[in-house]
Amino acid sequence: MGNITLKNVSKSFGSTTIIPNIDLNIEDGEFVVFVGPSGCGKSTLLRLIAGLEDTSGGTISIDGRDVTREAPAKRKLAMVFQSYALYPHMTVAKNIAFPLKMAGEDQATIDKKVKDAARILNLTNYLERRPGQLSGGQRQRVAIGRAIVRQPSAFLFDEPLSNLDAALRGTMRLEISELHQQLKTTMVYVTHDQVEAMTMADKIVVLNAGNIEQVGSPMELYKTPKNLFVAGFIGSPKMNMIEGAPAEKYGAKTIGIRPEHLAISTTSGDWKATVGVAEHLGSDTFLHVQADGIGTINVRADGEVAVRHGDTVYLTPDKSKLHRFDADGKALAQ
Amino acid sequence: MARAVTTQHKTIATVAAWIVALLIFFPILYTIITSFKSEQEAIQGFNLIPSGTFESYSEVQAQSGYFKFFLNSVILSVGSTVLALLVAVPAAWSMAFSPTKRTKDILMWMLSTKMMPAVAVLFPIYLIFRDTGLLDSRIGLTVMLMLINLPIVVWMLYTYFREIPGEILEAARMDGASLWNEIIYVLTPMAVPGIASTMLLNIILAWNEAFWTIRLTTTNAAPLTAFISSFSSPQGLFWAKLSAASTLAIAPILIMGWFSQKQLVRGLTFGAVK
Repeated sequence: MGNITLKNVSKSFGSTTIIPNIDLNIEDGEFVVFVGPSGCGKSTLLRLIAGLEDTSGGTISIDGRDVTREAPAKRKLAMVFQSYALYPHMTVAKNIAFPLKMAGEDQATIDKKVKDAARILNLTNYLERRPGQLSGGQRQRVAIGRAIVRQPSAFLFDEPLSNLDAALRGTMRLEISELHQQLKTTMVYVTHDQVEAMTMADKIVVLNAGNIEQVGSPMELYKTPKNLFVAGFIGSPKMNMIEGAPAEKYGAKTIGIRPEHLAISTTSGDWKATVGVAEHLGSDTFLHVQADGIGTINVRADGEVAVRHGDTVYLTPDKSKLHRFDADGKALAQ
Repeated sequence: MARAVTTQHKTIATVAAWIVALLIFFPILYTIITSFKSEQEAIQGFNLIPSGTFESYSEVQAQSGYFKFFLNSVILSVGSTVLALLVAVPAAWSMAFSPTKRTKDILMWMLSTKMMPAVAVLFPIYLIFRDTGLLDSRIGLTVMLMLINLPIVVWMLYTYFREIPGEILEAARMDGASLWNEIIYVLTPMAVPGIASTMLLNIILAWNEAFWTIRLTTTNAAPLTAFISSFSSPQGLFWAKLSAASTLAIAPILIMGWFSQKQLVRGLTFGAVK
């Protein structure tokens, strides 16, 4: 069981409030991602759940038990750190065995659990090596192995893939997702990368300046963002935000349209534009255009679009995918 | 042309380093040379070639019993070092990993006690030792040596501990380690080079400490520093015997320092360059 509930949780460091007030419920077995820009409080929130920081107010419960004042070891959680935080003086086997040793398990049980974890994570041939002799991906797997053997109520991941190169990040992302499918244990994952959030999460919590902007599934956040911040944060490339006359035409202060929801034509359309930069990827074409009376707009088109710098194009937004926002930045009904 | 200049600079730097090293080492070297002279030779003036006699060494041993003083020095140095580490490791841990806004002030305050002249507190310390029966006792002097070197031990360990990533200790906490398990299984093994350097330096400082060891001991707990000072007698200075006593006193620590110089240098310069 790994149900986590946060009620009125706040955190301040001296006179600086990092998290004013958060209510959040994480269901057992969910893969929840905390996402947001740097300094939004997502790592602080994770550390509050872990018990590595004390709350300034509110309560944290795990499976109905109030753990707000409990030490990290007593919360039955396991954490994977951004820097892996492996014990450099211990072998891989001893690193993985450490939590079991602290729990007082007998040596035979420790050996079996370490071997099982090593097999799941393809670390069997590396058990006698030290962390300094491993690659980044292997170290990350050791960190995950150390977490798995504890059989925790929930796993906590603090930007675990940030230190890996792009190719390895993709591979490890898949491995973590597969691990979640296999173990069916609650996972709380912190990242600033919205692609990781969108591809891995059952539920995304978008944070900004310590506040929850929106909680929902990846597609909910993609299709119905509640405000300008969420709309601009989720989706790559970013949503185009347009103010002024084009927005007023739709009865809004600001309208938003994703680059992939703009139809492009060389003959006719709603908005006339001049191509600035065209990026041809083969499978997609990214255009950065200057639209008359609007400004810079980014467009993403399927396949190859044969336009160059200086060409005139016409853009037409998909009206069913247009987002409208009021003066406070809140989404209006579509 | 550039290569010739570099070699020239290297040669000049090496010769200069040797000259400075010999200048610093010369008093010790001359002491050792004098210890192998007779008293007659020793007072005849500057002479770098001794006769090679061991008479001063045998007289020193017969007169004072070197090994008892040597044993006391070992007990006091090692004992005060172990005691200092037992106190300093948790203190440095607390300062490094749970700092408050007063932490740096506390550290400065501790170090500032090293700037105080020892003679300023001679009377109160002497009276405390006398009234508690600790005069001329190994336990009393062990505690005294521990206390006077504790600020440096804490400061050095604090510097090492700050180099250890806090996340590793947090990982230990998440893995179920108690505070003591965290210190024993994770912090201490990772800080072994720093702890070793600190230990070596404290042993040297305790071994060489003369002010308190001479004033708070007479016979039972007197270490080698008292042994040397016993050769400055009202009858005059017996240079050869004094040199022999000094050589016997510094030889063990010189040998230890020679074999552990790498750790010592590392310890003293740790953190100087990132």
